[in-house]
Amino acid sequence: MARVLVVGAGVVGAACAYFLARDGHEVTVVDRGPVGAGTTSRGEGNILVSDKSAGPELALALRSAELWRRIAERLGADALEWESKGGLVVAATDETLGALREFATLQAAAGVWCEPVEPGNLSGYEPNLAPGLPGGVFYPGDQQVQPVRAAAALLYAARVDGATVRHGVEVLGVRRRSDGPVRSVECRVDGAVVEIDADAVVNATGTWGGDVSARIGAPVPVLPRRGFILVTEPLPHVVRHKVYTADYVSNVASGAAGLETSVVVEGTRGGTVLIGASRERVGFDTAISYPVLRTMAAQAVRIFPFLDRVSLLRVYTGFRPYCPDHLPVIGADPRIAGIYHACGHEGAGIGLAPATGEMIADLLSDRSTFVPAEPFSPARFVSEAA
Amino acid sequence: MATFTFDGRTIPFRPGQSVGAALIAAGIYSWRVTRVGARPRGLFCGIGVCFDCLVTIDGAPNQRACRAPAADGISVTTQRGTGHDDLAV
Repeated sequence: MARVLVVGAGVVGAACAYFLARDGHEVTVVDRGPVGAGTTSRGEGNILVSDKSAGPELALALRSAELWRRIAERLGADALEWESKGGLVVAATDETLGALREFATLQAAAGVWCEPVEPGNLSGYEPNLAPGLPGGVFYPGDQQVQPVRAAAALLYAARVDGATVRHGVEVLGVRRRSDGPVRSVECRVDGAVVEIDADAVVNATGTWGGDVSARIGAPVPVLPRRGFILVTEPLPHVVRHKVYTADYVSNVASGAAGLETSVVVEGTRGGTVLIGASRERVGFDTAISYPVLRTMAAQAVRIFPFLDRVSLLRVYTGFRPYCPDHLPVIGADPRIAGIYHACGHEGAGIGLAPATGEMIADLLSDRSTFVPAEPFSPARFVSEAA
Repeated sequence: MATFTFDGRTIPFRPGQSVGAALIAAGIYSWRVTRVGARPRGLFCGIGVCFDCLVTIDGAPNQRACRAPAADGISVTTQRGTGHDDLAV
C-alpha cells in the first residue's frame, strides 16, 4: 500500500481520499483552509448528465451519477442533502428546441435517460414555469447535493477507513528520490516548513490546480472562469427539479472569453432558490458585477415569473477551474512518478468527483478504469520535447 | 394620533417609530410563526441584522419590523412560514 498525500479538501480531494482509503492506502488529506472552502462551496451542487454532449466527459458523468447514488445510500442522503430530483431543460424558442432535441437524441444514444416534454406537459413538471414555452427535455438522472456537506461526508468516511485530514497546510513543493519518484512533500504549517513523507501526491486543488501543479514541478494548465449565483429568501417548495434553459449547454461548452449567462434555477432543502449561471474569464477577480446580476435575475424571471415577487438574500461568486480543452485533467503525470492530477472540472466538479476519485484509485492500484482514462490524461499537456 | 392595523387591531404610533417599536409599545411581542416548528418570533436584535422580526406589511412578506417605519393606515399581519405559501407547488 502507498502513502498518498491528497492536496485539497474539496469535493474532488475528498472523493479521492474516500476511494483511496477504501483500497487500504495510507491517506493524508491536506488543505490550506477548511473543508470545501475554495472551489467546492462556490457552486450549486449540480450532479448533471443533462448538460454534457456525448463523449469522454459524459461517460465520466454517467459513472459519477451512479457512484453518487451509491454514496448517498451508504452515507445517508441527509448527510449530503442528496436529492435525485431530475433536470428539466427548457427551450425559449422553437429554434433552440430543435437543437435541444437533436442534442438529446445523441445523448440518449450514449446512454442518457431523457424524455421529450411537450409544451402542454411543461406545467405538469413545473407549475410555476412561464406559460408559452415551446417545450423541453426531462433528464431523470440529474441529482443534487449540498457540496460542502458532501465533501465533509466523504472525508468523514475516508477517516473511518483510516485517512487523516489536516488543515492549515500549504504545499510548497515535492522532494524526489535519487531515482526520480516522489519521496516527500514540503509544506508550510504554522509558519514552519515541514516535510510529509509520501509515495504519491494527488493534486485536487480545483481552481488553484495550475499554481499547485507548478509548485510540485509538474505544471498543468488550469484557468479560472468566474460565476455568480443568486440566492432568494427561503420559499416553500416552488421549483421541483433543476430547471435550466437550453443555452446553458452551449455556454458551458463555449470557448468565448466574454460574459455568458443562462438560467439555472433550483430549490434547496433549506428553502432558498439558487439562480445561476454566469461565466466570465476575468482572472481571479472576485468583484461583484451588478450588470451581470441584473441580467441573470431578468432571465430567471422570464422563465419563472413568480420570482419578481421574491427578494434576493445574497449573491456569491467563485471560480470554475477549466483546462483549455474543457476536459478535466485526471491521472498520473508523465514527468514525475508519483504525481497525479485531479482538477480542472470546470462547473462540473461536484458531479464528476466520485468518478474522478475512483479513477485515481484505480490508476494508483494499476487496475483498469471503469471509464477510459486516456482523454483525461495530463500527458496531453506535456509536449514530446519536454 | 396616527395608527396602523396589526391583524385587524388598531396600533397607535409616534412619528419616527418603527413598526416593531409600535408593536412592542402596544404589548405585542410576537408577529411571526417560523416555517420549521411553528415557533413564535418578534424583535431580537432590533437593529436590522438578525432578520428574526420579519412581518408582512401590506401583503409583502419578510419586512423587518425593526427597520420598517410605521405609517398611517398600513396593514401589518402576522407572517406564517416563508410568507410565500401561495407559490407552493
